[in-house]
Amino acid sequence: MTVLDFAHVTKIYNVRGAGQMKALDDVSFTLQSGRTIGLVGQSGSGKSTIAKILTQLERPTSGDVLLDGAPIPQRGQALRRYRQQLRMVFQDPFASLNPYHSIRYHIERPLRLDGVVPAAQTEAEVRRLLERVRLDPQTVIDRRPHELSGGQRQRVAIARALASRPKILVADEPVSMLDVSIRLGVLNLLADLQREEGLGVLYITHDLATARHFSDEIIVLNQGRIVEQGTADDVILRPQDPYTRELRAASPDPEKHFAAQSPTGGLR
Amino acid sequence: MPGGSGSPASFLHESDTMTDTLLSVHDFSVVYDVEPPVAAVKNVSLDLRRGEILGLAGESGCGKTTLAYGVQRLLKAPAVITSGSVVFHDASGESIDVNGLDPEQMRRFRWDKVSMVFQGAMNALNPVAPIGAQLEDVFDVHRPEMSARQRRAEVKELLEIVKVGAQRIRSFPHELSGGMRQRVMIAMALALRPQLMVMDEPTTALDVLVQREILRQISQLRHEFGFSVIFITHDLPLLLEISDRIAIMRDGEIVELDTAERIWTHPKDEYTRTLLSSFPRLTGERGVVVR
Amino acid sequence: MTAVQPQLTEPIEPGRDALDVGTTATRAVHGRSRVPWRFLGSRALFYLFTLWAAITINFFLPRMMKGDAVTQYLARNRNVSPEAADALRALLGLDTDKSLLQQYLDYWSHLLRGDLGVSLLHGLRPVTEVISQALPWTIGLVGFATIVSFTIGTVGGAVIGWRRGSRLDALIPITTFLSTIPYFWLGLLAIAVFSVNLRWFPIGKAYGVGVRPEWSLEFIGQVIHHGTLPALTIVIASLGGWMLGMRNMMLTVLDEDYITVAQAKGMPNSRVLWRYAARNAVLPQIQSFALSIGFIVGGTIVMEMVFSYPGIGKLLLDATNAKDYALMQGVFLVITISVLVANILADVAYAFLDPRTRQTEA
Repeated sequence: MTVLDFAHVTKIYNVRGAGQMKALDDVSFTLQSGRTIGLVGQSGSGKSTIAKILTQLERPTSGDVLLDGAPIPQRGQALRRYRQQLRMVFQDPFASLNPYHSIRYHIERPLRLDGVVPAAQTEAEVRRLLERVRLDPQTVIDRRPHELSGGQRQRVAIARALASRPKILVADEPVSMLDVSIRLGVLNLLADLQREEGLGVLYITHDLATARHFSDEIIVLNQGRIVEQGTADDVILRPQDPYTRELRAASPDPEKHFAAQSPTGGLR
Repeated sequence: MPGGSGSPASFLHESDTMTDTLLSVHDFSVVYDVEPPVAAVKNVSLDLRRGEILGLAGESGCGKTTLAYGVQRLLKAPAVITSGSVVFHDASGESIDVNGLDPEQMRRFRWDKVSMVFQGAMNALNPVAPIGAQLEDVFDVHRPEMSARQRRAEVKELLEIVKVGAQRIRSFPHELSGGMRQRVMIAMALALRPQLMVMDEPTTALDVLVQREILRQISQLRHEFGFSVIFITHDLPLLLEISDRIAIMRDGEIVELDTAERIWTHPKDEYTRTLLSSFPRLTGERGVVVR
Repeated sequence: MTAVQPQLTEPIEPGRDALDVGTTATRAVHGRSRVPWRFLGSRALFYLFTLWAAITINFFLPRMMKGDAVTQYLARNRNVSPEAADALRALLGLDTDKSLLQQYLDYWSHLLRGDLGVSLLHGLRPVTEVISQALPWTIGLVGFATIVSFTIGTVGGAVIGWRRGSRLDALIPITTFLSTIPYFWLGLLAIAVFSVNLRWFPIGKAYGVGVRPEWSLEFIGQVIHHGTLPALTIVIASLGGWMLGMRNMMLTVLDEDYITVAQAKGMPNSRVLWRYAARNAVLPQIQSFALSIGFIVGGTIVMEMVFSYPGIGKLLLDATNAKDYALMQGVFLVITISVLVANILADVAYAFLDPRTRQTEA
């Protein structure tokens, strides 16, 4: 059981000419393997900052991030090992894949760099990973990203993230740039993989509906502060915080809309 | 044509002045003239009513944007309108064949009768000109009889209507937040009090709260000014809440066109059902994603 | 969508639009001056530093060269008194009994008094005098030609970019071809055709032989007459670059959404072309132009040789051959300063033309 502890993290940026900006204010949560936390927030809420801190692109101004009780290393081999454990899937399936290289190259790289399997087994492992994300290796392995659809590209990104056998997966708006009809497919894939690999998943999104269905627990961020935290159903169906209530009221909900319109469920 | 009030000629004339239909699109097709040619819109027909909000839903590549741009003749090469008619029934009673207008007539038609709110106002505003100037542009070109002072006053009023504030008149686009830029786009589209506003994913890049506010504003403006709206988006739940009717597009064709309620309660087409089921219910049952 | 836009730590004012909070720059609008002082201020500091560095390097240059120019000069001119020789050495900084620091300080004090030393090549006349005779010709001719080339090229490029795919496109390869022709060949060709054969223009020099410079209409007429061919050849040689640059920027800009919006708004084509497209596309051009101003002073030595034009380029070449260090130093200094000035102008122009630079820090 792996545990990621985000403990009382505060992040302050110094902006020249405008003083200080607090991106995160005393944010704490715990992510365990096998569980999904939905991190819900609008732009400016700080959710991207959390992703950056987890992937060590930024350091917290104060507070700790602990993986299995140990603080995240700052440099060297230890940092590399940490990075193997925590992988990220990005929002834009086109931008996160290098258009110059083949799919094989994309998935081979983490395998080679992290020495996950012996060199002789690399090709087999690449194919295995592609099958895990429900892509046909034969068709896809030699293609370049622009020859695949958005959904396929995102699956490749997921395969790449899984290559180093991480314990934690950070998914930053993984489906918001995909076509509507394939979004659930990709989310279901993530859910399956999580179950099979026992991953802890941090699902960052602005969309409450998918957060509710995909997460066990939901954290609502508003301007760098956690305003609500609880099980998915509790937060969405019985929100306590006024901001969460506002978010819920603002999200399109045809079910509620039509029920309110015509209680008889018939004519307008 | 002379005639008593009961004669056929004047009867036609009377009912002609205010038909219920604002835009008649008949058998409209657009092809992208590339190798191989791509049929983006295939024989689409629809009648847009006066004052109605018509949602145009579909996934990327279904042709909804091409259709909306096409009826305004905003498409660029290699797009070619290969068939169909677009008739605009002006409030004055005149029926305008949009495809038959020459460039100068088209230029005057634009924005005056039909205006557009574009997606991603990030880049839709000229970065080197203040927003006041970009709004005044519209009056400068379409209402040359207005004085500079009148234009300025009109622009300030527009900014107040969309709740951006008249004091922003000299701000540059990069100084405004995404939501405000979108509202400036709406103000710009509203400037000449058009009869139809085409909105292409106007809230897609915005936060849910800002989105709701803007939708509320559009609805309120619609009630106040009486224009019709064609609202293009892939976000079907959103359309279900704000539209009167919804047209579901796929592969260049309209597969279903019905009131929002009937689409929700009794979707007829298979694709409509697929699309509906792609959106997990916010407050309904869980289980869409198998955990 | 997920861009980080950090929250301001100041409290939210009541009554402000709650939807703005947490997003970019909502404060900066009120009471902000149009002049980007902070931006210009930081640039000015940077340029001052660069100027100091350039002058210091300039100081060291002749000291790094071999040979004592003064001795060579004295060998050729025997009628210079020992005191004058000493003074010359001091001026040229070849005075070895002063410490380097003292020499450096002396150099600065000379500089600030406008004393750039004397030119060995030009009969010990002050360097400032020598340069100021040549400089106006260079700046006048080359500056004028550059401005003309820039204007035609930019306007042409804008129109060609607008009418993408039309026959005007052919102008691009034509003008770029012209700019690949070696300039001296172009110059000589022009002289051969227009001066020798057609006798429309004089063969060279800035004005007639034996004529004294004065502010008279006739003299000005002569200057224009003599300057036409050099200016024309410069324009022909450099037009391609400006046109290509502007056209390419236009193509990029025309793909932007705000152009479609402008057309959808029913704006007439001329307005979209000039106020929306060209206005945005010209920004990098302005920077290039300002930078090229700096190189004007460097002089087009080839042009000056072909047309025997009395400009700075020739001056520098002669000074280098004669090891006239004071003059060389003086010319370097002038070139350095003008390049810096040009850079400053470029920054200022950009700051004024592109409102986005005023907000973000350089």
